[in-house]
Amino acid sequence: MTVESTAARTSRRSAGNKAGTTGTKRTTSTAKKAAGARKSTEPALVQLLTPEGKRVKNAEFDPYVAGITAEDLRGLYRDMVLTRRFDAEATSLQRQGELGLWASLLGQEAAQIGSGRALRDDDYVFPTYREHGVAWCRGVDPTNLLGMFRGVNNGGWDPGGNNFHLYTIVIGSQTLHATGYAMGITKDGADSAVIAYFGDGASSQGDVAEAFTFSAVYNAPVVFFCQNNQWAISEPTEKQSRVPLYQRAQGFGFPGVRVDGNDVLASLAVTKWALERARAGEGPTLVEAFTYRMGAHTTSDDPTRYRHDDERAAWEAKDPILRLRRHLESAHHADEGFFAELETESEALGKRVREAVRAMPDPDHFAIFENVYADGHALVDEERAQFAAYQASFADEDGGE
Amino acid sequence: MAQTVTSKKMALAKAINESLRRALDADPKVVVMGEDVGKLGGVFRVTDGLQKDFGESRVIDTPLAESGIVGTAIGLALRGYRPVVEIQFDGFVFPAYDQIVTQLAKMHARSLGKVKLPVVVRIPYGGGIGAVEHHSESPESLFAHVAGLKIVSPSNASDAYWMMQQAIQSDDPVIFFEPKRRYWDKSDVDTEAIPGPLHAARVVRAGTDLTLAAYGPMVKLCQEVADAAAEEGRSLEVLDLRSVSPIDFDAIQASVERTRRLVVVHEAPVFFGSGAEIAARITERCFYHLEAPVLRVGGYHAPYPPARLEETYLPDLDRVLDAVDRSLAY
Repeated sequence: MTVESTAARTSRRSAGNKAGTTGTKRTTSTAKKAAGARKSTEPALVQLLTPEGKRVKNAEFDPYVAGITAEDLRGLYRDMVLTRRFDAEATSLQRQGELGLWASLLGQEAAQIGSGRALRDDDYVFPTYREHGVAWCRGVDPTNLLGMFRGVNNGGWDPGGNNFHLYTIVIGSQTLHATGYAMGITKDGADSAVIAYFGDGASSQGDVAEAFTFSAVYNAPVVFFCQNNQWAISEPTEKQSRVPLYQRAQGFGFPGVRVDGNDVLASLAVTKWALERARAGEGPTLVEAFTYRMGAHTTSDDPTRYRHDDERAAWEAKDPILRLRRHLESAHHADEGFFAELETESEALGKRVREAVRAMPDPDHFAIFENVYADGHALVDEERAQFAAYQASFADEDGGE
Repeated sequence: MAQTVTSKKMALAKAINESLRRALDADPKVVVMGEDVGKLGGVFRVTDGLQKDFGESRVIDTPLAESGIVGTAIGLALRGYRPVVEIQFDGFVFPAYDQIVTQLAKMHARSLGKVKLPVVVRIPYGGGIGAVEHHSESPESLFAHVAGLKIVSPSNASDAYWMMQQAIQSDDPVIFFEPKRRYWDKSDVDTEAIPGPLHAARVVRAGTDLTLAAYGPMVKLCQEVADAAAEEGRSLEVLDLRSVSPIDFDAIQASVERTRRLVVVHEAPVFFGSGAEIAARITERCFYHLEAPVLRVGGYHAPYPPARLEETYLPDLDRVLDAVDRSLAY
């Protein structure tokens, strides 16, 4: 065992480091205070809203949400509620046999809406397969997300339409695509930025490490947004890393910060900060959104085999939607009418999604042969023709009867 | 027929270099990337001088990570670029195999045609240069099995030049296998010619008794075999397939219908090699024309051997002639 082996359990922050960040030159006194207030075993995380909905000051990140209005806060709340409603509907649709599988984002709404709303239209998003909240922020019709889970396509939206790439199922692959895209932005001389989503499990993938390396070497304008939801199917984060994930960035030469991923305001602020760094030519940032997967990995998973209910209960107390509601109510930013209206809108969304999925037709058989190649391929043509002849042989039989 | 002044003799490696130069010149979206492709000009000097002339943002020395190279090339393509990436040696492509198979090959279909990935992956491949392990392999079948990829391999300088032009212009990902032991072979390249289709095979020597089908490094060998056979009074047709995905089965069929015998030659192992697919399909198409089963000559089902054994492992004149004899004996 080396000296470094204790790093997983012991905070090794130096006094010069901002709370929960590594590899950055910024220092603040409030950061030190925040860090000191925490148990030494837990790295500090950026939080602007406590689980009770109390707004706490943070000199480093407050400027990034300084202009936020009551209407903006209601908007974030609406985004989270509707995303959760959509997600619940999709889970139900899977239970009803309308979807083959669903990967729920339950519990991760704040991380996704906060980061999603930090983006500009010209920024580009590379999601995993669970970024339903980010898709919502990008204006992707939620029903489009369901095609692949119903099995009618492998990703039914135009990535260029909303600068929201297709869901990527192979873990971590998209972080390299994000890095390459960001390298292209630099070549174009544009000031757009890229955000790459991935999870705690993906942090073990070689592709993620390579994405960190490439983005650092080329100073690419990319934000690596890791939603640490504590579980990679059945494996806890301790099985992926001996150091808090945000600290990984330090070794690659760019800043890492841990944010309360159940705090939509903090997620928004930290992501904006990271995006501004990217736009300013300061290169990549790693944001670790500390959150919790409230549900199963997917509808095929059974979390009772590997984790206890009391863990979930502890995280329920930190629920992202509940805390913003408490804040909205205590600050008198929203009245009963707002919540009632949202409830109606939410039910309408559920109904629309339900009807859209049930009406989603199976693709034509010949879709198998479509879009295999952009410029065509002789073998595909040959097999399509053979299949057509095979199909036609049944028609002949029918005609003969 | 008089050669135009645009035709000049150049080595295969130089032809690729010239082709890359032309592409970089013609389209600002073309970028060349890989390990050591910049200042060094690549370990085979295929990209020699390109960074000097087009700059570090067009000819990019990358970190030493193949998955990263292909993965970022995909991202660049999504941004509108046309990356030409170099994998330094055949045996080093496997860290990138995941990105090539799960992403590069499938993203066009996944997006229902909305995303195009015009990425060329250059891989110097094959043996015969006395190298250490992982530097002499022929993994083309491992890619041919994957829908969404196109796979080509030129056998001479002219094809290398023009097929690279066409690969870069293709909106599909192309794996471009370069026969490294032929890098220094010189032949005429007409830079103003009108090239034929990228995936069309070509009869490089007409014959009547048997067809030899090959691509990349084995075309030259097959021509030597045909010369040797001619001395024994046998007329062999040599077909340069040029493309492994798709394979120009029509051209093979047309040839076999004339000669009634087919021997496929490649360096890659025979087992599940491209020769197996060709044998199956040509047997289906030409069953009543064939006088003999389709025979294959290639590597053995063993790891590529140490350099002192590679001449035993690789198809050579005698092994191909032996297959020719066996075919003609039917």
